[in-house]
Amino acid sequence: MEPTIFRFIFRHSKKEQIFLLVLTGLSFPFLYYSLDLPKTIINQAIAGKNLPQDIFGYQIDQIPYLMLLSGIFLALVCINGGFKYYINVYRGQLGERMLRRLRYDLYARVLRFPLPHFRRVSQGEVIPMITSEVEPLGGFIGDAFSLPAFQGGTLLTILIFMFVQDPILGTAAIALYPVQAYLIPRLQKRVNELGKERVRTVRKLSDRIGESISGVQEIHANDSSRFALANFTTMLGEIYTIRFEIYRRKFFIKFLNNFIAQLTPFFFYSIGGVLVIKGDLTFGALVAILAAYKDLSAPWKELLTYYQRKEDSRIKYDQVVEQFDPAGSLTEAQQLDEPETPVSFNGPVALRNVGLTDDEGEVLLEGVSFEIAQGEHVAIAGPGGGGKDLLATVIARLVLPTSGSVTINGVDIAPLPESVTGRRIGYVGPGAFVFSSTIRDNILMGARHLPFGEPDPSVFPDSPEQRADAEASGNSLDPISANWIDYQSIGADENGLKDRIAELLKVVGLEDEVYAIGLRGSLRAESEAEIANRILGARVRLRARLEELGLAGLVEPFDAEKFNTNASVAENLLFGTPVGDDFALDHLASDPYVRSVLDKVGLTGDFVHIGRDVAATMVELFKDLPPDHEFFAQYSFISADDLPEFQTLLQRADRVGLDGMEAEDKTRFLELPFKLIPARHRLGMISEELQARILEARKVFREELPAERQAALEFFSVDRFNLAASVQDNILFGKIAYGQADAGNQVGKVVAEVVESEGLRAIVIEVGLDAEAGIAGSRLTAAQRQKVAIARILLRRPDVIVLNEAIAVLDSGLQAPILSRICAEAEGRTVIFIAHRARLAQPFNRILVMSGGRVIEDGTFDSLNQEGTMFRGLLNEE
Amino acid sequence: MSLNEEVELLKNIPIFAKIEPSKLKLLAFTSERLNYADGQVLFNQGDSGDAAYIIIDGTASVLIDTDDGKIEVAQLSKGDIVGEIAILCDVPRTATVQAKQSLTTLKIAKEAFFRLVTDFPQIAVEIMRELAARLEQTNMRLRAALSDKDG
Repeated sequence: MEPTIFRFIFRHSKKEQIFLLVLTGLSFPFLYYSLDLPKTIINQAIAGKNLPQDIFGYQIDQIPYLMLLSGIFLALVCINGGFKYYINVYRGQLGERMLRRLRYDLYARVLRFPLPHFRRVSQGEVIPMITSEVEPLGGFIGDAFSLPAFQGGTLLTILIFMFVQDPILGTAAIALYPVQAYLIPRLQKRVNELGKERVRTVRKLSDRIGESISGVQEIHANDSSRFALANFTTMLGEIYTIRFEIYRRKFFIKFLNNFIAQLTPFFFYSIGGVLVIKGDLTFGALVAILAAYKDLSAPWKELLTYYQRKEDSRIKYDQVVEQFDPAGSLTEAQQLDEPETPVSFNGPVALRNVGLTDDEGEVLLEGVSFEIAQGEHVAIAGPGGGGKDLLATVIARLVLPTSGSVTINGVDIAPLPESVTGRRIGYVGPGAFVFSSTIRDNILMGARHLPFGEPDPSVFPDSPEQRADAEASGNSLDPISANWIDYQSIGADENGLKDRIAELLKVVGLEDEVYAIGLRGSLRAESEAEIANRILGARVRLRARLEELGLAGLVEPFDAEKFNTNASVAENLLFGTPVGDDFALDHLASDPYVRSVLDKVGLTGDFVHIGRDVAATMVELFKDLPPDHEFFAQYSFISADDLPEFQTLLQRADRVGLDGMEAEDKTRFLELPFKLIPARHRLGMISEELQARILEARKVFREELPAERQAALEFFSVDRFNLAASVQDNILFGKIAYGQADAGNQVGKVVAEVVESEGLRAIVIEVGLDAEAGIAGSRLTAAQRQKVAIARILLRRPDVIVLNEAIAVLDSGLQAPILSRICAEAEGRTVIFIAHRARLAQPFNRILVMSGGRVIEDGTFDSLNQEGTMFRGLLNEE
Repeated sequence: MSLNEEVELLKNIPIFAKIEPSKLKLLAFTSERLNYADGQVLFNQGDSGDAAYIIIDGTASVLIDTDDGKIEVAQLSKGDIVGEIAILCDVPRTATVQAKQSLTTLKIAKEAFFRLVTDFPQIAVEIMRELAARLEQTNMRLRAALSDKDG
């Protein structure tokens, strides 16, 4: 990267900067003339000298002459304004493009950092550098040349004008500039140093915040909040001191500038006044000089601010860029280039004298040499810290050895681009990362190396104009809207891909889990109608099957004409699934439409009554329990916090009667009945007569629901798929009955059976694959994340598979079977398995044992499983 | 059956007889009422205990695994409480309980049961009394069996 900001600017925006300079130069004659014009207006047109004027042979009187000159003045104002506007916009665009380029370069560099470097830099430092720290640089880059040129030129124009009017006054105007030019850089220097220090301290601060968030559990568990806060205060104090010092100095500089600027008019009034009185200077000229001087202070100030900004930006650029150039980074070619001739890794993996030393000179690997034949499956065992895990990262070219070489199929892997190593080698580490996207996207990531096909111009930012902007900013031109899936590496076409992923889910033992996720998940709106129809088919089939098995009583189906006693009153009224918050349970009582429906069928009064009774029961049952009692969360309709309020409400209701209560209080009672599930709560408060009226309300609710709120609710309908509900709920189309022993389990089994017999399992798995994995895969368990990562590399069929303790977090009973399935899947390809437990190495034909950074044993399981070997020792320890 | 009816029923069970109705109501409210079909199992011998059951309606048989298969050692009917030993002593279920024809129980989860016992010592006393009575009964049978053997 360019070592200074001016080199960066020059290299990437030479043409634009020159264009800006030319444009700025063009604007000066107009500026000069607009300064000169007032003199002519005052001295000739207003004072009425040399009239009538002769212009292009026309005789013009005083008033039209004045109007003409004023008109020209107005035109000049417009032209000057136009120049300014165009230059500013152009400059802004240039600045934004350069900022975009800078950020892109920095991010690309982060992706090229050598992996060990990430132990030394923290997210908390890197992120603000790319996001906020470089932000002001964009503005500066736009201004870098054109602003000093424009403002300097303006200044010069005005000065020339002043000198032309009167050299003495001109000299007076700039008499104090040398003082400023001497003092200010000196004062600025200290400010610059403070600025550097501020940047460093703020980085440390964000690092500290990031650390606290990552380690928040430890802070809670060790009650170290106070220490953390005190620590934080120290840093804030440091920043405060620095910033305050900067402000003091900055404002002193400003004060000095302002003072000097104010001082100059003193010369004009005194010297200029004398000159006018003596008749050596016209009155008009003095007015024009005074006007010009007013204009003079603006560019001068701008120049001084520019000087400060230039210093700020220079420091920031230096400080950012030096962080982004660690030794051992990949080259840009390694990051982006495709190999000139295809490289095949279909050959032996050979290590020759591989050594690895860390920054402190500690030897991690030493003299490691061995060869693994193509297609061989090898396990590497060894004690923790023996180097087996590091060796795996070296073989995958994630870490470069400090000595020796790794060749695959006779090619040294060190200089290869990632388009070879990241495709032909499949590496999974012990804590693989899952990105916040769908499970499917996370698996497909394994085959998303480069775009295929043309960009779709309707997708942002792939329209031709947006692409032109990206190109002008030196950004990636790979269209995000193209097809990124490398079908060739997967060995399947679009249709085959689904089957292939399903197959891989079985290999890594993720199928049942994705199926379960799919049952709880919902179809996407754009899913094919056919899928929805088949799920509706399963709904019918489930009902029939439950009848056959005599289990029909375990599910109470939704029926538009019947009250469902296993559903809440709210569900019975809405008869649908709320979409969004609009008809969420807690909002119903205060929703005007719901209230109007209740009013219409005369249920409001009853609901308030029931609410009062429910509240009374809850108060009776729960009043003696401590507020933190688990029953509140599990059983109560009223939280422990709200209980006293309801006690007061009940007393008030007793005193004034329900009818006499405030509308607001009634609403509080009204909230409660919606939550009642008659079969579960058994409070006997929803009589059959009331059920009939709720059914009536259901009808009214549905018929009169305003069009604009239709989208807030997906109605239950026996022959329609409910997109707002999960696949399971759609198949069930009803509620599992309360009070039937083991109902949930039994129904679950029948659902699974129906899904299977209807051939829906694959579809449910598809739904599961489309489920979001959460931030950093947080919705998946650690074991599931590991399985996703393994499926991810198997998808692209790499020649060499490196599993670096990749199955360590899986249930210990599942490790061996999953490993054997992976090895079967990788038949014919080289597998290097780093065994976290030596026993797992048993099925492998060849086992290496690493200890102290060296290979100390090499042989078959039986040959190593002998008295006195380290391998035996490892086995015995387990 | 509504909550109030369940409370009436609980009142008639000796160990709950002296408890205030409002506490019984809380017990009923926080418990799950479950229906079992003929032959359906409440729990199996050897399972870990997570709940006690009060028979509300119907009958159930208590079965013990022996070398000759399961044998019925007792029958439970309305008002009986079963399954409390596994909860109190934290031991696996000592017998299998199975519904005979249709059965309705109130299932009291372990936590709710403990809560009840700690909050209302009189329940603990009643349970002790019940257990002591059962022990005494067992002892009597044992004595009878031994004297039969001697005789």
